[in-house]
Amino acid sequence: MSATATTDALPTRWVPRIGLLSAIGLVLVAFVLFWLGVNLAKEPAAFASTFLDGLTLGLVYGLVALGYSLVYGILELINFAHGDVFMLGSAISFGVATNWFSLHDTNSIGKLIPALLGTLVVATVVCASLNATIEFVAYRPLRSAPRLAPLITAIGMSFFLQNVGLRFIGSAPVSVPNILSHNSVFVIGGHEYRWYQLIVGLSTLPVLVGLVYLVQRTRQGKAMRATAQDQDAAAMMGINVNRTISFTFLIAGALAGVAGLLYAIYTTNIAYDQGFTLGLIAFTAAVLGGIGNLPGAVLGAVLIGLIQQFNEGLSWHSPGSDWTQSIVFSILILILVFRPEGLLGERTPEGG
Amino acid sequence: MTYPAGTGGGFDARALWRQQRDRWHHLPERTRRIVVLVVQAVIVLALLPWYGFALLLAIFFALSWIPHDLAVKVLGRRIPVRAFMTPLVALVLAVIYPFLRDHIGTIPFVGPWPQMDTAVIMTVYAMMAVGLNMVVGYAGLLDLGYVAFYAVGSYTAAWFASVQFAKHNIHFGDVGVGAGVPGIHISIWILLLLAGIVTAFIGVVIGLPTLRLRGDYLAIVTLGFGEILPQVARNGDNIAGFNLTNGPNGITPVDPPGFGKTVHDATGGFLPDNYLALTNRNNAYFWTGLVLLAITVFASIRLRDSRLGRAWVAIREDEIAAAAMGIPLMRTKTWAYASGAFFGGVAGAFFASFKSSTFPNDFSFNISAFILSMVILGGMGNVWGVILGGAVLAYLNQEGLANIGSKIGIPDVPLYSSGIFGAILVIMMLLRPAGLLPSARRRAELEEGVHDQPLYDATA
Repeated sequence: MSATATTDALPTRWVPRIGLLSAIGLVLVAFVLFWLGVNLAKEPAAFASTFLDGLTLGLVYGLVALGYSLVYGILELINFAHGDVFMLGSAISFGVATNWFSLHDTNSIGKLIPALLGTLVVATVVCASLNATIEFVAYRPLRSAPRLAPLITAIGMSFFLQNVGLRFIGSAPVSVPNILSHNSVFVIGGHEYRWYQLIVGLSTLPVLVGLVYLVQRTRQGKAMRATAQDQDAAAMMGINVNRTISFTFLIAGALAGVAGLLYAIYTTNIAYDQGFTLGLIAFTAAVLGGIGNLPGAVLGAVLIGLIQQFNEGLSWHSPGSDWTQSIVFSILILILVFRPEGLLGERTPEGG
Repeated sequence: MTYPAGTGGGFDARALWRQQRDRWHHLPERTRRIVVLVVQAVIVLALLPWYGFALLLAIFFALSWIPHDLAVKVLGRRIPVRAFMTPLVALVLAVIYPFLRDHIGTIPFVGPWPQMDTAVIMTVYAMMAVGLNMVVGYAGLLDLGYVAFYAVGSYTAAWFASVQFAKHNIHFGDVGVGAGVPGIHISIWILLLLAGIVTAFIGVVIGLPTLRLRGDYLAIVTLGFGEILPQVARNGDNIAGFNLTNGPNGITPVDPPGFGKTVHDATGGFLPDNYLALTNRNNAYFWTGLVLLAITVFASIRLRDSRLGRAWVAIREDEIAAAAMGIPLMRTKTWAYASGAFFGGVAGAFFASFKSSTFPNDFSFNISAFILSMVILGGMGNVWGVILGGAVLAYLNQEGLANIGSKIGIPDVPLYSSGIFGAILVIMMLLRPAGLLPSARRRAELEEGVHDQPLYDATA
């Protein structure tokens, strides 16, 4: 009995099993690459357009995934409510854009740009303050409780916010007008890549660059990184830990707000339960890239976006959209089993 | 002012609560007793218009006055009266509930007492809550995909007691199905056990790769499984041409339970031949559910006090210390998973037979979170609390919220049930993290916290 107990704790006994596990993992990856290769050879044009769709979708996922990663990095908490903050971001964007600024299917440029910026500001500010409020009410009092306690309040908050969304959106999905032009930018083999996709994809880039600058170059970012590493030590160095955590939740909420607006424009559909599903997908992306690792979250999100689009868009032996969720969650499980530290992450005690 | 980082600031309702509770505990014993007695009397008197509910409360208040250490010797064994009487009285009241229901008025502020079909669902959910409690409450493994086990149990019952596999024509101990009806039809009693075993096996299969992960990673993996299995059920009508689950249409009808003609006649008509043929069939389902629940509770308590159960608690409290004491972590956790899964599977099979159907849409994440709310509301680790939580929440979900909604004039209330349960989760974790009826051990753990106390108080 004691022999089996120590295998769980001693790293030396792990070596051969990691070898076997990586072998299985590599075979799986090779299998996927083979499938992609055959598809590319069969229909290069469809492959290219699916790739672009996946890239665009992945960048939007990336904004949500970053929210998970930021919060996990600093509190080691899976903020389940994040997906629902994102959903409310979509709902608020929709309401502001159509009711306040009365945007419709076609808008003049002179009206469109200030209206979209105004919507963006409202959605970002509301989501940021909402996320920080959630932290203050539901997570901060449980800072010293066992780790499952804040996780459970996070789930509770998620359900609560989902019902707030249900109150405003209703149980049926609501379609968003084509605020940005749906004319095609270019055509690859009959598949169109449209302006709204291009604009949504490109809009994520300044946000990502800004975030990297914030975390890597500013004083506040330094405080965030320090708090993520060791809260007690950071506090002793004079960092206001609670304020830094609040700030992180503000940033994560703002990202969710931006993502909410872009997602509403991109899918032209909002639903009260989109936050839960997309939240899980984004969390998977964050884990895939290495949770707590910001470039990893974006990389993971792009990969997940590509996998989703390849699965739904390619023709040769692809399982189809019925299986998208299963595939994404299988990836989540496989990653956690084979490489819990993610693609870019460092090995943590969580995985061992 | 910011050190220690973990404890300062925020809206600390728990500290306030703890302070008030400590003040209460410092009052003299006599004062406390008188206050409790007066409060109980006032509550009972105030609720007299709802005489059934008042009587129920009065019975349990009276039971609470039996001294904690009073014990009687029966057959040479010391039996603590209070710990034994309370569940016994509750069980007896539950058994005679179908006859009482029409004569005990209404529940205050809510409405009528649960109808019999709701009562059956309450037993099923209470069973699942007790099963989940083994995983979450005893072993401390947060399982967010418990609904997967429920689904496996349901589908196991549906496969072997319906016309789903019409190519075969196998009958064994089935009731109410003509001999010529195609498909596999096996007695539900056997299937309850089979469903438990299959589900426990699935639990082991899911557990082996994932239980190495700790804490929230495990939670998210179980959540992943909980999302994958319903989708497999939804898409399972064409797996390489084979119709396994009949897709979104689900499998229906599922055979009813029953004891068959021979047993029916041999017991003088006490045990029913076929539940579906009974005029008051919900009563029969309810009593069957109670028997299953009682077995679950018995197994749960015996497991908790066994070597295995104590190992679970040790792992929950400190995994590293438990491993150092020689507890095999993987095997113990896998057993926790398998035991929890077993009862989830039995409950699922019974539920499928009761509803006579199983659909993929019955198995959403909401159900997992719903069962988890029952465990947390009732009190993680305490079987009685968990049953209470399961019964109350299942009732609220089935009819209670609708009744409350119509009473206060907002018919939409049931639509927001998951939001209400979410709010309950948050409020409970903040104010009373150990639940309504906490287990003493779990409460100590949650209130002391897992972090070391700082050596000095920097704010002083």
